[in-house]
Amino acid sequence: MNSLKLDENQLIENFEAKLAKNEMIEPKDWMPDQYRKHLIRQISQHAHSEIIGMQPEGNWITRAPSMRRKMVLLAKVQDEAGHGLYLYSAAESMGISREEMLDQLHTGAAKYSSIFNYPTLTWADMGAIGWLVDGAAIMNQVMLQRTSYGPYARAMVRICKEESFHQRQGYEIMNVLASGSAEQKEMAQDALNRWWWPSLMMFGPRDEESPNSAQAIKWKIKRETNDQLRQRFVNQTVSQVEKIGLVVPDKAIKWNEAKNGYDFGEINWDEFWTVVKGNGPCNKARIAAKIKSHEEGAWVREAANAHAEKNNKTKAA
Amino acid sequence: MNNQTSLFQYILKIADNQLILGHRLSEQCSKGPFLEEDIACSNIALDLIGAANSLYIYAAAIEGANKTEDDLVYLRSERAFRNVLLVEQPNTDFAYIMCRQFLFDTYDYFFQQALQNSNDQTLAAIAAKTLKESTYHLRHAGNWIIRLGDGTTESNMRLKNAFNNLWCYVEELFEQDAAELDLVAQGIAVDAQSIKSQFYSHIAEIMQTAGLEIPSGIFMQSGGKKGVHTEHLGFLLAEMQSVHRSFPGVKW
Repeated sequence: MNSLKLDENQLIENFEAKLAKNEMIEPKDWMPDQYRKHLIRQISQHAHSEIIGMQPEGNWITRAPSMRRKMVLLAKVQDEAGHGLYLYSAAESMGISREEMLDQLHTGAAKYSSIFNYPTLTWADMGAIGWLVDGAAIMNQVMLQRTSYGPYARAMVRICKEESFHQRQGYEIMNVLASGSAEQKEMAQDALNRWWWPSLMMFGPRDEESPNSAQAIKWKIKRETNDQLRQRFVNQTVSQVEKIGLVVPDKAIKWNEAKNGYDFGEINWDEFWTVVKGNGPCNKARIAAKIKSHEEGAWVREAANAHAEKNNKTKAA
Repeated sequence: MNNQTSLFQYILKIADNQLILGHRLSEQCSKGPFLEEDIACSNIALDLIGAANSLYIYAAAIEGANKTEDDLVYLRSERAFRNVLLVEQPNTDFAYIMCRQFLFDTYDYFFQQALQNSNDQTLAAIAAKTLKESTYHLRHAGNWIIRLGDGTTESNMRLKNAFNNLWCYVEELFEQDAAELDLVAQGIAVDAQSIKSQFYSHIAEIMQTAGLEIPSGIFMQSGGKKGVHTEHLGFLLAEMQSVHRSFPGVKW
């Protein structure tokens, strides 16, 4: 064995000792390549999800039915853009550039949350997304506040504060609709029917089919499994559904005293994989829209760079 | 026109400018040339819509017809909107967006500065708050005019094109009818002529830095303040009001 190899063993030992003591890994610390790769993949996917997620909600800013709703929705979508920004920065601290990440998104090499590949068809979808989609995201993000990579954990602390506001406003939209006219209530129930299952899918495959989970837990990137988080989400959400007089679109929902949680029906995993593989209702449209605005913005970015360069030269002269 | 009606119409003119421009800019949310600029534009859109909201609440109170700010936004038709033609122009490209912003933001900055001194205390208070935001909007747009003018051949050409096509809407910003002039005489409304030279000198300064010339020989259009709009506004309102009008009388 050569000394380099020994050194690496020592480095791994130090890295694992840090994790064992629940210390954060910081950008300048040594880390295993696989840890870096795992996090770059996860953080950039998370950033892309925030950015692509602006589209289905942005779809309703111009049609929001009251001034208050319009302002809140616009602020919310702006928050998502801000989250994308923190997350891209966190990923950049691991040695990947924003351009590379965007390129991966545009070419399909990087994924984003599949939930955004479903269309937003009515105003009630703004309620359902805030309540269910942000609610499911929070389950994951609260856990990630204690993730082992420092910049990611700190980004999550800020993000969680805003997400819980997003969830409340979504639930409030649904509550107002559910207690409004018959048509409004129907709109709310329809949105719940369409978003319920995709929201449960947001936690990812079942534990036994989640290839990256075990390693992520070992490295304390994740601290709970997909199924644990999904169960917690169902437990929390069912009573919220009932409270506003709507019905969970799952006949198998039943309180299970023994596990102190709800039993629920089987997710349609064929649908899950169809959307993950790029064949959901909006996969192509979301990426096409993203590429379009990126390409239309090319001359603006070039102009800004050209101007900055000229300015630098003038200053240097 | 009695004084309350004049004041109501005056507030609507200010609010409609802010709303329609904010709405136009909000159409760009998620479509920006890069993420930071997307955030900046959404932020400005939100400022404009927020300012409009405060003004509509006040307008509804002045009208005294038991209406809300939402009634004024969602239940007026095209001919009742009083915004200037400039703010309803479409988002043709980023140069148009920034040129439209720059022309309006420059006007709005000097306008809000003057409105702070209005004898109407509510209008003065709203203006003081709005001015803080307008100051940032002015700097943001001005910086972009300089960047795009100075940047590349393409950006310079696009920006010139935008100025040439939007310049015809500039003079309308300073038009005032008899009812408004009456409010000026009472120290309530801003005397548009008093801010005109500041407007043109700021525009000239930034355009010169950007290497652009002020367009000349352009025929000036107007009509927005009288409710005679370009064809663009109808579509904007159709979209904005569609959900609200489809479910009359409900809460959101």
